[in-house]
Amino acid sequence: MARRIVVVVKHVPNIHSARAFADGRTVRGAEDGSLNELDEHPVEEAVRILEGLDEPERAASEIVVVTVGPAEAVDALRRAFQLGATTAVHVGDDALAGSDYAGTARVLAAAVRKVAADGPVDLVLAGMAALDGLGSVVPALLAAELGMPQLTNAGKLELDGATARVERVVDGATEVLEAPLPAVVSVNDHINRPRFPNFKLIMAARTKPVTTWTLADLGVDATEVGEAGARTRVLSAEPRPERAPVELHVDAGSGGEALAEFLVRRGLV
Amino acid sequence: MTRTISVVLLDDVSGALRGPDLELLTVARTLGTVRAVAFDAPSDAALEALGAYGVADVVRLDVDGEPHLTGVAAAALEPVVDDARVLLARATFANKEVLARLAHLTGAGLVIDAARVREHEGLVAGWKRVFAGSWDVDSVVTTDLALLTVRPNAVRPEPAATAVSPVVRVVALDAAAAEAAAGGVRLVSRTLHEVSGSARPPLAEASVVVAGGRGTFGDFGPVEELADALGAAIGATRDAVDEGWIEHDAQVGQTGVTITPHLYIGAGISGAPHHRGGMQASEVIVAVNSDPECPIFEICDFAVVGDLATVLPQAAAALRARQA
Repeated sequence: MARRIVVVVKHVPNIHSARAFADGRTVRGAEDGSLNELDEHPVEEAVRILEGLDEPERAASEIVVVTVGPAEAVDALRRAFQLGATTAVHVGDDALAGSDYAGTARVLAAAVRKVAADGPVDLVLAGMAALDGLGSVVPALLAAELGMPQLTNAGKLELDGATARVERVVDGATEVLEAPLPAVVSVNDHINRPRFPNFKLIMAARTKPVTTWTLADLGVDATEVGEAGARTRVLSAEPRPERAPVELHVDAGSGGEALAEFLVRRGLV
Repeated sequence: MTRTISVVLLDDVSGALRGPDLELLTVARTLGTVRAVAFDAPSDAALEALGAYGVADVVRLDVDGEPHLTGVAAAALEPVVDDARVLLARATFANKEVLARLAHLTGAGLVIDAARVREHEGLVAGWKRVFAGSWDVDSVVTTDLALLTVRPNAVRPEPAATAVSPVVRVVALDAAAAEAAAGGVRLVSRTLHEVSGSARPPLAEASVVVAGGRGTFGDFGPVEELADALGAAIGATRDAVDEGWIEHDAQVGQTGVTITPHLYIGAGISGAPHHRGGMQASEVIVAVNSDPECPIFEICDFAVVGDLATVLPQAAAALRARQA
């Protein structure tokens, strides 16, 4: 059967860049921003699901990537195109700035519902966490908003007709969970190894159209999202105080003793 | 009406309460009258600890369904927080999601993985380290109810000035409500992993962690030796896990376990961003690496340039000699 899969992705500061806050918000510039690395895995998984289909079904299938964020967030969608997404939606609106987990999930849910208005969505895929906030709760909140079953942190995903089954390792236990589709599934970085995009996809990604929606398009009230709707408020965001310079000991036979002496001196043993 | 109840979700009440749960009780006491909640019947040892920590009100959630399903756990907790100011839970993956779903049900504000929790102008504030430990962010919850997951080692556990006698009451979630809350999700199986070397503390909550990476070349013997001399947990990098040198549960990093011990010792670890993201908020950082240019040295308090295979056993021997 043909599959329609929505992948929700996030544009985050590159983890190799000097990440920062301004006015209590993450700085997400175009130069040092990128697709959240962990979101490559759900895109890859969606591509693999489509590759498992027979040609007519595959042709009728769709991978829609959705992101919420400032104008620069479109970069994340371009990267998702390179990885094999077929359609992309950017939700951008000045009122979204300062959204917390609840606000973000509410907007993503409204976007998924709007995608579903054109045809049923079988599966909503997400990465297990965004490498900026690392909260890893948006997939669960998105499932709650959509009234869909949640299958999170999957290290394996199997679709069998109208059922999804995941295996995951969390908190020192291995769990197998099952739910009817449509479901929200978040996947971790053990589920697959995203392929390097081929030249054709890289070229095509530059010019593929991106649909842009505002809150008005989604029917979401501006007071429910952004700073207005946030249930938390940032009091302060500061760079961590500088560490004292490292005490460097070059081992010439007594490195272990020096280490032990340091631990004793600092009252750590 | 001003809410004054601080709820603590206890993870394991089958035996004596462990450090992280005692820390939560200690923090919760600074925010109000503590109510402890658990999905199982507390043991006598757990009740004794609760009494010592000043907790008179203990709730056992009696769920006619699968409490390991996020939706079910959140639904069971909902009535227990309807008069509460704050709920604190340990920073496990399961708890993050349970609190998120509870936030959805109650409209509460959520702070994930606070390293410190305090009162700020009548609101509950959570402080955390983000961006691989490079920035400190302090937030307040502006709703009537605040939900926070709290990292281990946030405070040192301290019993109350006066002990009390806990009274256990039962709050039930019936089968129909549990099924509705599961939202179609079915737990097919759940297998707890065997804890190898059970003498060592669990990685996520240990106050001392010794971790090994590619530089171990697969031999975790020196890492284990130093860990045992320090009573530490063992951690590892993604590389070491992918090589099959150590089990997946030991992986420290952004997609593994995030740790905030008092002392972290990294051996044969270069300090790639993914690993740093999971350990850089540690209080004191020590590294042993033969490469003087490795990035982890930039974030260290103490570093030894040398071969971990000789440095770690020597350090372990020196510590053992001191304890003898």
